[in-house]
Amino acid sequence: MVKSILLVGVGGQGTILASKLLTAGLMEAGYDVKMSEIHGMSQRGGSVSTHVRYGEKVESPVIELGGADILVSFEMMEALRWLRYLRKDGKVVVNNFKINSMPILCGLADYPTGILEELSEKTTTIVVDAAQEAVKIGNAKVMNVILLGTIVKLMGLEGINWDKIIRDNVKPKFIDVNLKAIKVGMDLV
Amino acid sequence: MKKLLTGNEAIARGAWEAGVRFASAYPGTPSTEILENIATYKEDILAEWAPNEKVALESAIGASYVGARALASMKHVGLNVAADPLFTVSYTGINGGLVIITADDVGMHSSQNEQDNRNYARAAKIPMFEPSDSQEAKDMIKEAFEISEEYGTPVLFRVTTRVCHSKGIVECGDRKNVEIREYVKDVKKRVPVPAHTPAMRDRVEERLNKLEEFSNSTPWNYIELHDTRIGVVASGCSYRFAKEVFGDSASYLKLGFTNPLPKRLMKEFASKVDKIYVIEEDDPIIENELKALGIQCFGKDVFPYQGEMTPDVIRKAVYGQAKETIEYDTNKVVSRPPTYCAGCPHRGLMYELGKRKNTIISGDIGCYALGFAEPYNAMDWSTCMGASISMAHGAQKVLNTKEDNNIRVVSIIGDSTFFHTGINSLLNVAYNKSNTINVILDNRITAMTGHQENPGTGYTLQGEKTVFVDIEALVKACGIKNVRAINPNNLKEVKEALDWAYSLDEASVIITKWPCVLKKLSEEDKEEFKDAFKTKCSVDSEKCVGCKMCTKTGCPAISFDKIEKKAKIDPNSCVGCEVCLQVCPVKAIGKVEA
Repeated sequence: MVKSILLVGVGGQGTILASKLLTAGLMEAGYDVKMSEIHGMSQRGGSVSTHVRYGEKVESPVIELGGADILVSFEMMEALRWLRYLRKDGKVVVNNFKINSMPILCGLADYPTGILEELSEKTTTIVVDAAQEAVKIGNAKVMNVILLGTIVKLMGLEGINWDKIIRDNVKPKFIDVNLKAIKVGMDLV
Repeated sequence: MKKLLTGNEAIARGAWEAGVRFASAYPGTPSTEILENIATYKEDILAEWAPNEKVALESAIGASYVGARALASMKHVGLNVAADPLFTVSYTGINGGLVIITADDVGMHSSQNEQDNRNYARAAKIPMFEPSDSQEAKDMIKEAFEISEEYGTPVLFRVTTRVCHSKGIVECGDRKNVEIREYVKDVKKRVPVPAHTPAMRDRVEERLNKLEEFSNSTPWNYIELHDTRIGVVASGCSYRFAKEVFGDSASYLKLGFTNPLPKRLMKEFASKVDKIYVIEEDDPIIENELKALGIQCFGKDVFPYQGEMTPDVIRKAVYGQAKETIEYDTNKVVSRPPTYCAGCPHRGLMYELGKRKNTIISGDIGCYALGFAEPYNAMDWSTCMGASISMAHGAQKVLNTKEDNNIRVVSIIGDSTFFHTGINSLLNVAYNKSNTINVILDNRITAMTGHQENPGTGYTLQGEKTVFVDIEALVKACGIKNVRAINPNNLKEVKEALDWAYSLDEASVIITKWPCVLKKLSEEDKEEFKDAFKTKCSVDSEKCVGCKMCTKTGCPAISFDKIEKKAKIDPNSCVGCEVCLQVCPVKAIGKVEA
């Protein structure tokens, strides 16, 4: 059975590191893994997505519409933008964190209200405040690894040696805070 | 040893394992990381950024002629630039193996068109490989070099964005030591003058016939029989997408070597299945070949011409509907277009240029293309690399023939794009006596593709120091008399330079010189741009009158608080370019030390 995880956010939020750690862990656990992301102009503050698929044998690196088991959104509005990729009975983890896009910054639009309500009404929604949790453990930037922790828990991947994965893939001075972050994330859901 | 690699990383690994000694490219999404990764094999491979794809391919051809395994890599539209040498190296053939990688952007994630470069293989009569994932990308590139040498032909290697930027598990091997072959002068083979070309032409056809035999027998083209009621013919990532949808409920003809196509194998497959779907991205190339063989099949009558053949697209085309999705209130989602970074040196120019009346702005390919959008509206058109200057020229020449013309045409082009194909265009401006205004946005790096060195940066791909091109001197050497270099963050300087250029009845060049905010500054940059990114700006909310002028600079660090009616600057994003500070009418924005 192939599982599909969709990570979405805004360019610069660290979705790439989170998915790198995730795929390294899945590979170490013996799964076939494929991951897909689109680089390019989107890194200039645009909407970004990373598709991760794993199982015994994975063909498509892309999650199809209605195909993701979980959707993990690093930014609030992005969760809605990508919702059509979620399975009808899938779960959303949404970070309660807003980043204004250019039309909002220029005053052409307002940041929409009622997003969390809309999500909760439509599907199983877990709201986390990864930004606040990250600050609590001393580094605002580890929001991404906290969110990775939520994936680990929800997908039942606690058996993988995440400590080793983090030690192998993160710069030495950030190892400790990231070790804390993944545990915080696992405890949030 | 197993590694999780993107298609681009796998190609680089495969090239190294294949014994490649020379590689050249011009960066372009989705191909860029191929050369970046090849460059890490410093001991074994000479890897270079060329100023454009034609130069990259020609360099690789030279390397091949003298006996080395060589490759050139480019995005799909880059092969248009390199098409001239491509068509003739097909005639001359090679010495050391020569592989040309074309990375097609199916879905136009980061490109201006969706051309199908499988057409180039047919048009230039060159064999083509199409891997479907990272493992195949690594293995096939090695095979491509073997085929190149065995048949004496350049080989095209077509990947798509989804193969380039998807990761998969790859079994890696060791480097094969391939010696540099002996160079023997042979003008009949390598000088395509009329006395030699008829024989070359004959050899191309003979080679194609032999390659068709190879296509029928290679294990890269194979039949996979399951349920035979449906037969799928697919190449590249489309095969993976099709398998995702049909699994074992269909049989497959999987094509990894797609020019020439394996006619015998196609007929054999057709005789074994009831109904054939050809699933291919972009053009109906395999489909047309099947139909020419008299084989009935479904192709573009069912599947779309445009975009990726992802599982949902296939499902919808074949079964009438994709998987069920959760619909939501789309009013609750605001668009999130890419924007200029806080501190982007293009901002000052776009802000001033967008305000000019009676102006047509001819754009080019790079981050500055985002200038077309709100809040700048500073672009009328763009086409391809280098076209801004030449299109501006043609437009201005015609406008000038109209009585009472008061429209000036301004071209905008980046440093790397100017080196790519802008220089020829500027020669034309001077030679044919234009009066266009041409702005070269010199941000000291090839920025949009993720910061690659170029002839203006003083460094090579493999990190060696080299000469800096002096853009000002180069422009003057092209015959442009009116040249000014300015700091684009200084709006007064930008405005004055534009006023000056508009006042001239001759062509002019304005060079805006400030490093990309994301560039890792070299020691030379640090020397030249001493104050870069060392301060921040902040709003004095006592003085702020809420006029929103600062938000019109389109800076993502600035937001407007609608309740307090005050502007705010995010200190984590701001790098102190001071553009907002200059537009504030009440001097409410000040500098603070970072």
